[in-house]
Amino acid sequence: MKDDDPILLPEDIADIIAILDGALYDRIDIKTTRFTLRVARSGSGWTQSWEHTAIGPEVESVVAPSADLKKVTAFVEKKGIFAVRSPLPGTFYRAPRPGAPAFVEMGDSVDANTVVGIIETMKLMNSVPAGVTGEIIEIIAENGTLVELNGILMRVRVQTDGK
Amino acid sequence: MIRRLFIANRGEIALRILRTARRMGIETVLGVSEVDRTSLPAKLADQIVTLGPSPSSQSYLNIERVVVAATHARADAIHPGYGFLSENSRFARAVLANGMIFVGPSPESLDAMGDKLMARSVAVAAGLLVVPGGEAADAQEARRRAADIGYPLLVKAVSGGGGRGMKRVDSAADIDEQVALATAEAQAVFGDPRIYLERYIARGRHVEVQLLGDGKRAIHLGTRDCSIQRRFQKLVEEAPAPGIPEERHDALRRAAVRLAESLKYSGAGTVEFLVDAETFDFYFLEMNARIQVEHPVTEMVTNLDLIEQQLLITDGQPLGLTQDDIAFNGHAIEVRINAEDWAADFRPSPGRVTRAAWPAGPGIRVDTHIESGGAVPPFYDSLVGKVIAFGANRTAAVSRMAAALNSLDIQGVATTAPMHQRILADLRFAAGAVDTRFFEGLARG
Repeated sequence: MKDDDPILLPEDIADIIAILDGALYDRIDIKTTRFTLRVARSGSGWTQSWEHTAIGPEVESVVAPSADLKKVTAFVEKKGIFAVRSPLPGTFYRAPRPGAPAFVEMGDSVDANTVVGIIETMKLMNSVPAGVTGEIIEIIAENGTLVELNGILMRVRVQTDGK
Repeated sequence: MIRRLFIANRGEIALRILRTARRMGIETVLGVSEVDRTSLPAKLADQIVTLGPSPSSQSYLNIERVVVAATHARADAIHPGYGFLSENSRFARAVLANGMIFVGPSPESLDAMGDKLMARSVAVAAGLLVVPGGEAADAQEARRRAADIGYPLLVKAVSGGGGRGMKRVDSAADIDEQVALATAEAQAVFGDPRIYLERYIARGRHVEVQLLGDGKRAIHLGTRDCSIQRRFQKLVEEAPAPGIPEERHDALRRAAVRLAESLKYSGAGTVEFLVDAETFDFYFLEMNARIQVEHPVTEMVTNLDLIEQQLLITDGQPLGLTQDDIAFNGHAIEVRINAEDWAADFRPSPGRVTRAAWPAGPGIRVDTHIESGGAVPPFYDSLVGKVIAFGANRTAAVSRMAAALNSLDIQGVATTAPMHQRILADLRFAAGAVDTRFFEGLARG
């Protein structure tokens, strides 16, 4: 933005409220080329809501564009095959840290509580349990890729009783 | 004199820095990830530079890209905000090596405080008490160390801070999994997988002291209480810390100043203590060598602009304030509004905010980057804004906050605002001086 463009400051909103408070108005809508602002009474207090329009000029883009969100392919669940799904949208990790062995590999036996990976969402690590007893027969989501909520991470052949 | 400031951060703190810089007549350049190109800070910055793809490892956490971007933009200083690279000494050194000012302490101070094990020894040398514990280089050592300390205990990241990468372990059965998780989180968030263990003290209060130093002397800006936490993430903060006898309060502040002066600390920093809720004995936890999320409560009771102080001190000037200049007035409370569904075990709720009506009016301050139509991307932390209420005393501040939360209306993403209403209505909170177990005892939905 340019220096002569007004920027909406918290102090401006305080001033507007001070003016409205002495009057009978319940709300005010202000629209400029740079923002729309609504200040309204709410109970004994006030609310402010705003939207800005302008975007600052960019200096220079210094790097390559991002990879597209990796979509985990849809999978029709077959009888006896269990899909381990992501409990959250986020980044999927197969190992506790780079270079470390993966939590599980193809052919590994797991039970419901076996940790098969980690989903990082909003900087928090969430372990993903297999959720079922059986054998890992397919690893679908790759390490370090983005997965969607309920995206399929792995498939497990469910162990049935007597087997 | 800083003329052109590069802001290496995003969200509300990027906007917060931008506003003070602009008021001081400093031009602002904001480094943004692709998804943040249309964020409010990007709209308001004088210029923006795209750092890279949205994941923070390829943008906000990428030292080379940030330094190259700032150099391209001909910035003469970089403000790192909090989180991301703010306490990364390799970043600070890269900034200095490229002829720019790093708005923060010296790389040596960052090293001393960034490595939490080193920080513990520095604090001990300055005469402060620490919580029993120590390093655990691998699973085996973790098990051995845990047996020495006893359960419950905490697993913490050596390069951590802000509660990230921190896990509570209640029994030996869980130590391996929790150490593995903490290691992964430490690697992903801090780029350093090392962890250490510390005894868990249940009846503790989290009290911190805000400091300003210029490398020669340091002053304090009083205490903040951040005892209301969930999984070591602060939810509510207030200044000053309530219900602490003046003599102990004073001892806390003096201990913090002593540590800062022993470090020849320059800039704004915070020393965090665990305070025994009954005896008021206190133990050093860590020092955060940066501006903190909860700095506004200190600003409200001291009438100072901490970002301005950071920019002034880093500019090579000595501290313009003495301890006698600092006057404390009233009480301030901050709540963090996160895009999380607290009714669904705090499930993250990224998405588009269709309507954002924030509270306003006398004694209310809102620090946010979220406007109506604003995006909450899944790549970063879930903070969408902070509501701060000021009052002549704590009771007045609490009642103002309660009214403000009733006015707040965020739609499109779930937020923790209903949880804060519940906290504000809790009699224990009204009484003040709660310990870190407060949240566990909070009545749900």
